[in-house]
Amino acid sequence: MEPYYLTVHELEGLLRAGETTSLSITEAMFRRIDDVEERIHSYITLMKETALEAASASDQRRREGAARGPLDGIPVAVKDLICTMGAPTTCGSRFLERFVPPYDATTVEKLRDAGAVILGKTNMDEFAMGSSTETSYFGVTRNPWDLERVPGGSSGGSASAVAAGECIASLGSDTGGSIRQPAAFCGVVGLKPTYGRVSRYGLVAFASSLDQIGPLARDVEDCAILLTVIAGHDKRDSTSLSAPVPDYRDFVGRSIAGWTVGIPREYFIEGIDPAVAAAVNRAVAAMKDLGAECREISLPHTRYGIAAYYVIAPAEASSNLARYDGIRYGFRSPGERELLDLYRNTRAGGFGPEVKRRIMIGTYSLSSGYYEAYYKKASQVRTLMKQDFDEAFAACDVILAPATPTPPFRLGEKTDDPLQMYLSDVFAAPANLAGIPGLSLPCGFTVNGLPLGVQLLAGHFEEGKLIQAAAALEKALSAEQRRPAL
Amino acid sequence: MKITEDQVAHVAHLARLNIDEKEREVFTKQLDDILLYIDMLNSVDTTDVAPMTHAMEGTETFREDVVRSSLPVDAALANAPDDDGASFKVPKVIE
Amino acid sequence: MEYEPVIGLEVHAQLRTQTKIFCGCSTAFGSPPNTHTCPVCLGMPGVLPVLNRKVVEYAVKMALATHCTINHVSEWARKNYFYPDLPKGYQISQYDRPIAERGYLDLEIDGAGKRVGITRIHMEEDAGKLIHDESAPVSYVDLNRAGVPLIEIVSEPDMRNPEEGAAYLRRLHEILVYLEICDGNMEEGNFRCDANVSLRPRGEQTFGTRTELKNMNSFRNVQRALEYEIRRQQYVLESGGTVVQETRLWDDARGATSPMRGKEEAHDYRYFPDPDLLPVIVPGEWIDEIRKTLPELPLEKRERFIREYDLPAYDAGVLTASRAIADYFEAVATRCSKPKAASNWVMGDILGHIKEDKLEMEDCPVSADDLGELVRLIDDGTISGKMAKDVFEDMWLSGKKPETIIGEKGLAQITDTGALETVVDEVLAANPAQVEQFRGGKEKVFGFFVGQVMKKTKGQANPGLVNEILKRKLSDL
Repeated sequence: MEPYYLTVHELEGLLRAGETTSLSITEAMFRRIDDVEERIHSYITLMKETALEAASASDQRRREGAARGPLDGIPVAVKDLICTMGAPTTCGSRFLERFVPPYDATTVEKLRDAGAVILGKTNMDEFAMGSSTETSYFGVTRNPWDLERVPGGSSGGSASAVAAGECIASLGSDTGGSIRQPAAFCGVVGLKPTYGRVSRYGLVAFASSLDQIGPLARDVEDCAILLTVIAGHDKRDSTSLSAPVPDYRDFVGRSIAGWTVGIPREYFIEGIDPAVAAAVNRAVAAMKDLGAECREISLPHTRYGIAAYYVIAPAEASSNLARYDGIRYGFRSPGERELLDLYRNTRAGGFGPEVKRRIMIGTYSLSSGYYEAYYKKASQVRTLMKQDFDEAFAACDVILAPATPTPPFRLGEKTDDPLQMYLSDVFAAPANLAGIPGLSLPCGFTVNGLPLGVQLLAGHFEEGKLIQAAAALEKALSAEQRRPAL
Repeated sequence: MKITEDQVAHVAHLARLNIDEKEREVFTKQLDDILLYIDMLNSVDTTDVAPMTHAMEGTETFREDVVRSSLPVDAALANAPDDDGASFKVPKVIE
Repeated sequence: MEYEPVIGLEVHAQLRTQTKIFCGCSTAFGSPPNTHTCPVCLGMPGVLPVLNRKVVEYAVKMALATHCTINHVSEWARKNYFYPDLPKGYQISQYDRPIAERGYLDLEIDGAGKRVGITRIHMEEDAGKLIHDESAPVSYVDLNRAGVPLIEIVSEPDMRNPEEGAAYLRRLHEILVYLEICDGNMEEGNFRCDANVSLRPRGEQTFGTRTELKNMNSFRNVQRALEYEIRRQQYVLESGGTVVQETRLWDDARGATSPMRGKEEAHDYRYFPDPDLLPVIVPGEWIDEIRKTLPELPLEKRERFIREYDLPAYDAGVLTASRAIADYFEAVATRCSKPKAASNWVMGDILGHIKEDKLEMEDCPVSADDLGELVRLIDDGTISGKMAKDVFEDMWLSGKKPETIIGEKGLAQITDTGALETVVDEVLAANPAQVEQFRGGKEKVFGFFVGQVMKKTKGQANPGLVNEILKRKLSDL
C-alpha cells in the first residue's frame, strides 16, 4: 500500500507499530512527487537530501524509543513564504529567487523539533498576493481535481500537495483566506488560527496585522495535531499571545449536541454559486442531526469586508515590501549607477504586476491627504466588523458559512480583472480582519467533480470549539473517499 | 475618476517603482476600479469608532537588555548582490 | 526693521543600552562594519522587532527629568522612506502618541531665568551609516548603528537667540549624561541636534518661514550655525527676498550653511501604526519605580552645593558639570570637612591635570579619599600648602597615599615650638644688621627673617608658627 494518501494519525499508528519507517514513507512521497509534480507543480523547491536525512534520524529515534510525538517522521510541506534556514525561501517572487535565510521560522523550528520531515517549499502567489497561485514567478499550480482550474491561493501549492498526495500535510498562511480558500478548492481541510495563536517569526510579511500561519491536511484531526505543534507564544513575536496551548486533538470526537450554530444571512446573498449554497445546506442539515441548533444570525458589516481588506492589507504590504531594495539580499537591477535608478528598476524588475498593484494601492491609501479617507476609515470599519463577530459569538458557539462564493475557477479566468479576483475572498477576509479562527472543510463535489467546502468560524482562541465542531461535521458528512484522477 | 495618471506616477515614485507608460495607463484604470469599489466604506457611519490597528489586545512582550550574538559578517552579507566582504555596496549616495 | 529670531531644537540622543532597541545586537561603537547585525536589524524578510525594556525605562527617566506628561499608552508608527542606511524601508518611530509630551526645561542665562517648553519625547530606532568612497562612485553601507535606540526630544520654538539655543542644548546634554542614559559624545554622534530657525518682525506673533539646519556636531557649531543662519535670513529679508523653506547643512570649514545638495523632495512619510508592535503600556507603578531611581539633577545639586557647602555659585557650577566631578568633590569635602578648600583643589589641581592628561574624571589617579586626606593634613598643619602641591604631584604620578609620600620624603612640618625658637634665636643672632634695620622701622625685613628660618629648616617649619615666634622675639628685643 502506498502511504501518500494516508493521514498523519494513520501513519503515526503504522510507525508506532513498526509496520513502516519514516524513510520508506519519505521515499514513497518523492516517488509520488516524481509522478505527478510535472502536472500539478505544487513545489518551488524540493529538499530531498535534508528530508531523507531527517527521516533516517526519525527512524533512529524511534528505534531508540525516543520518538517525539505524532509528527515524528511524518513528511510535510511548507509554504515558500515561511523561512527555512539553509533552503531557498522565494515567496514565489523573482525578487527572492536566490534568497537563503540564515534562520528558521519559529513554526519550522517547531516542526523540526517535533521530528517532522520537510519535503520542500510549496508554490504560492507572489508574496501571498493572489487567490489562485497564478501570480507566482515560478509558474502556476494546477488543481489536482481539474488541471484546467486553479488550486486557489495564495497557499495553492500547500493545498494541491495535500490533495495530490505530494505530502501528508502542509503549512500555509492566511491573510485574507489564503489557507481556507485553496483548501476548499482542493478538497482538503485548512485552518487559520486566531491572530496571535501561532508565531509569525520567519513568516515573510504580507499584511502583518492579518497574517497567520496554519495547517492544511486531509482531515480535521491532522489539522489539530499540526496546530498543537506550531501554536504558542514566541518571545521573538510580540504579537503572539501566551494563552496555554491545549492538545487540540482532544477536541476530536466530542459531541456538539446542544450547541448553537450561527448561519450568517449576509453570506448567502452576493452571487453565491448554487452548488456552494447546496453544500452549506447539507452541512446545516448534518449539524442539526448532530443535535446542534442552527440559527440565522446577522453580521451586518460583511459586505464591507473586501473594501476594508483591500485598503488595510495593501497599506501594510506597501510598507512591508519596502525592504526589497536590492541592497542586502535579493534581486538587483544590474549596472545601475544612480541610487534612485537602483531602487526604481530593482523593484520594477523584482516584483510582478499584482504585487506592484497592491503596493500602489497601499502607498496611495497611506499618502498625505488620503490616510483618513482610506486607511483610517477602513480601520474603523474593521472595528465594526469585529464587533459584529463579538456579538454573534455571545450567542453562538460557532458560525457556519460558505468558504468561497464559487467552486474552483478556470486558470486565467480572473487574471485580467483584479477586482473580480479580490471578490473571491469575500467570505474569508472578515475572519482575518476580526482576528478570529476559521476552518474550511470539504463538503461534497459539484456535478463536474469539483470539490466544495464549507467554513466554520469561532471566537478568539476558540480553536478547540472549531476543531470539535469541524470533526463532528466531518464525521457526519461521512465524506466519500474520492481521490483526484491523476 | 478617483485617480489620475499623474497621481499614479507620483505614487509609483513614492513606492520607487519604475512603471512605463503602458503600465501607468493600466494601473490607473485598475486602481480607479478598486478605489471606486472601496468608496462603499463611506456609507458606513464610523463616528466615534476607534480604528482597529491590531488584531489583538494584550501587553507587549519586552526583551531584556542582554546582548545576543550577532551574525558573522559573511552570513550577514551572504545574500548581498554587491559587497566588499565588509559592507554592502550601493551607487554613490549624494547627501 | 528689527527682526526677532525664533528657534526650536530637535535633539536625537542615543540611549546607553547594551543592545539595540528591537534585537539583541550590541550597540558598541567603533566595531568593524556589519559585525553587530542580525536578521532583525538587517531587515531580512519575515523577522520581527521585540522591544528592549530598558529603552522605555530610559525614555521615562528623561520625561520625568524634563517635567513631561507620560502617556500610559503610546504607539509605534512606521515612517516610510527609502534610503540605503534604512534596512526596512521604514523607521520604527512614534508619531501620534509618543511616550511623553508637554514638559519644560529651566535655563539660567547671565543670571536670568528662561523656561523652554518641550513639545514631545519619542522613542525610535537609529539608521545605519554610509561611508563614501573617494576614489569610486560607490558608497558602503554599515548597519552596526541600525536599530540603536534613540529618543528624540523636540522643543517648542521658545528660544530667541543662539545663546539660548546653546544653553538649552547644554542643559539637555547635562541631564542626559547625569541620568546615565546617554553618553553624550557628540563626535560619536550619540547626541545630535537639528535646529529650526525663522525670523519675524519684532512684536509680530506669527512665525516666519523656517529653515532646518543639520550637520552641527558640537555646541559651538550649533551656536555658530544659528548665528550664521540668522544673519543670512536677515540679509535675505532686508534685501526684499523671501526665505525658502528648506534643509540646510552646516559646513564647519566654511562657517556657513548651504542647501542640501541632494534633490530635496516634499517628503510623504506615510506614517501608520506599526502592526508588528503592540502599543507600549507604562503603568503608573512602573513610572513610580523609575522615579525612585532618578538621581539628583544638576540644577538641584548646584543649589544644594551652594546651600550645604557654602560655595560660591561659580564653584557649584563647575563642580556639578558632571555627576563624576560632583561625586568626587563631595567625597573630598566629607573627608576633610573643608568644602571651600576641597572645591579649590578639585577645580584647580584635579580638573587641570585631568584636562592636561586628556583623562576622564572616572580615570582620575588620585582617589577622592586621598585628596581629602591631603587637604586635612594642610588644615592640621602637618604640611604647608606649598608642600602639599609637591605631595599632590607625586600622588598624581604614583597614586600613593599622601601620608606615605610625606613619610618617605620626611616632609612633615616642624611644629615643635622649642626647636623653632632655637632656630629663630640663631637667625637673629647671625644677622644683627637686619635686626637694627627692623628696629629702625623697616618692617619689610621681617620677610627676610622668615626666609632665613625656612632655609635653615629646609622649608619644613610651620610658617604660621615661625611668624608668631619671630614677632614675639623681635618685639621683646
